[in-house]
Amino acid sequence: MLNKGIITQIFSFILYVLVQVLLLKNIVLFDKSFCFLYIAFLLLIPVEAKVLGLMVVGFITGLAIDTFYDSLGIHAAASVFIMFVRNYWLNMLTPQGGYDSGTVPTISSNGLRWFTSYVLPLIFLHHCVLFLLESWGFGLLGFTLSKAFFSTCFTYIVMLITQYLFYTKKRSL
Amino acid sequence: MQRLFLFLYQYRAFLIFLFLEVICLWLIVRNNSFQSAGFFNSSNRIAGNLLQSSDNVSDYFNLADVNNNLAAENARLKQELEALNSRLQYLKLDTTYETTDTTLVTDIDTLTQDSLQIEKYQFLSAKVINKSVRNYNNYITINKGRSEGVEPDMAVIGNDGVVGKVKAASQHFAVITSVLHSDFQISSKIDKTGDLCTAKWPGNDPYHAELLFVPRHVEVEVGDSIVTSGYNAIFPEGVPVGVVSDVEITEDALFYNITIDLASNFNEIGYVYLIKNSLKTEQDSIQQEAEKFYAQ
Repeated sequence: MLNKGIITQIFSFILYVLVQVLLLKNIVLFDKSFCFLYIAFLLLIPVEAKVLGLMVVGFITGLAIDTFYDSLGIHAAASVFIMFVRNYWLNMLTPQGGYDSGTVPTISSNGLRWFTSYVLPLIFLHHCVLFLLESWGFGLLGFTLSKAFFSTCFTYIVMLITQYLFYTKKRSL
Repeated sequence: MQRLFLFLYQYRAFLIFLFLEVICLWLIVRNNSFQSAGFFNSSNRIAGNLLQSSDNVSDYFNLADVNNNLAAENARLKQELEALNSRLQYLKLDTTYETTDTTLVTDIDTLTQDSLQIEKYQFLSAKVINKSVRNYNNYITINKGRSEGVEPDMAVIGNDGVVGKVKAASQHFAVITSVLHSDFQISSKIDKTGDLCTAKWPGNDPYHAELLFVPRHVEVEVGDSIVTSGYNAIFPEGVPVGVVSDVEITEDALFYNITIDLASNFNEIGYVYLIKNSLKTEQDSIQQEAEKFYAQ
């Protein structure tokens, strides 16, 4: 059972990274909104995962993305950051009766409203760290924040679409 | 001692978090230092091959545009070749008939000098397989590497003008620091007056750049073209950088605030040319020696 879980995680890791670097890398809306769908992979790791493992996975995923974006370290830093925050945030959002063991934090298991309040702040945090590190300072703060804001919207919408398309109750990826 | 271990164990999550973040920051700082060759960039074998095959697919969709551009470029080059040929012929004829003419001798001198200049720079064409335009630090990946003679610090130009310079090269791929990079500065000059200045990209708009250090006595107008100065041994002289689109100066400022339209359209770059300056080391070393001499 555990084995099967790990294999699906590895499979979805490869899929998310490929989609990110081959497809979404080329899409920028209105000069400002980027889509970093790969963090969906990080956010959808089962709830009971330990923070140490999460951060290592975040680091590896970030490095893989950085390799293609030629931005060594930036995505890694942002991913490690949200992976560190993730479990605290999940604890704060615990629904009544707690999480079932092996729950994947998706729409189908917890509902749209819960999912939004879980995902949206983490996406925004990730994008803020990402763009601030990229601009390497606060010189273009307004521009950076607007970039982060619009990218958050874009990433969130694409994440919702993938949720409804691929993470249905019967056939989970 | 035991309490120390207990402390470390208790805060292991936070400590590992700090550790990983420090690694990331170290990587970022090292990557930002301008000249570096690392494994984790898109010139490595896996990433390069993947990007190349993805580019092979998307190629089909802009074949028409690329064809048009190449045809236009071809036509322009042919015209230039024709002009040069006719000049050469004229000179040859003249030398056979009127060898006594003194003005002609200087003409031939400049011609041989020109051919030296031409041999000084070697050109190499390459195809863009990956690029970014909208980040603060943009890079371009091309499909030629060390085995084809690409080396770090070679200049890169496109059909229309300056594109960047080579940052790192692997066996078959290379990463180019694009002009759209927060550390990139081009030593340039105003074509009309010859005044030196520096072009730099401010970070938000891929079509415009700023022109720094133009003193206020220089007469700059909208529409003046800006070209490379050729003073830094990377770019040859006279490669287009852009065209002045906006000129401002305040009462007490020493320098103008100038915005230029970049000559290259980075969204549409498909092919680039790499320029190798065979006299670069010589020029650099003599300049350094001179600087040492004056520093004393």
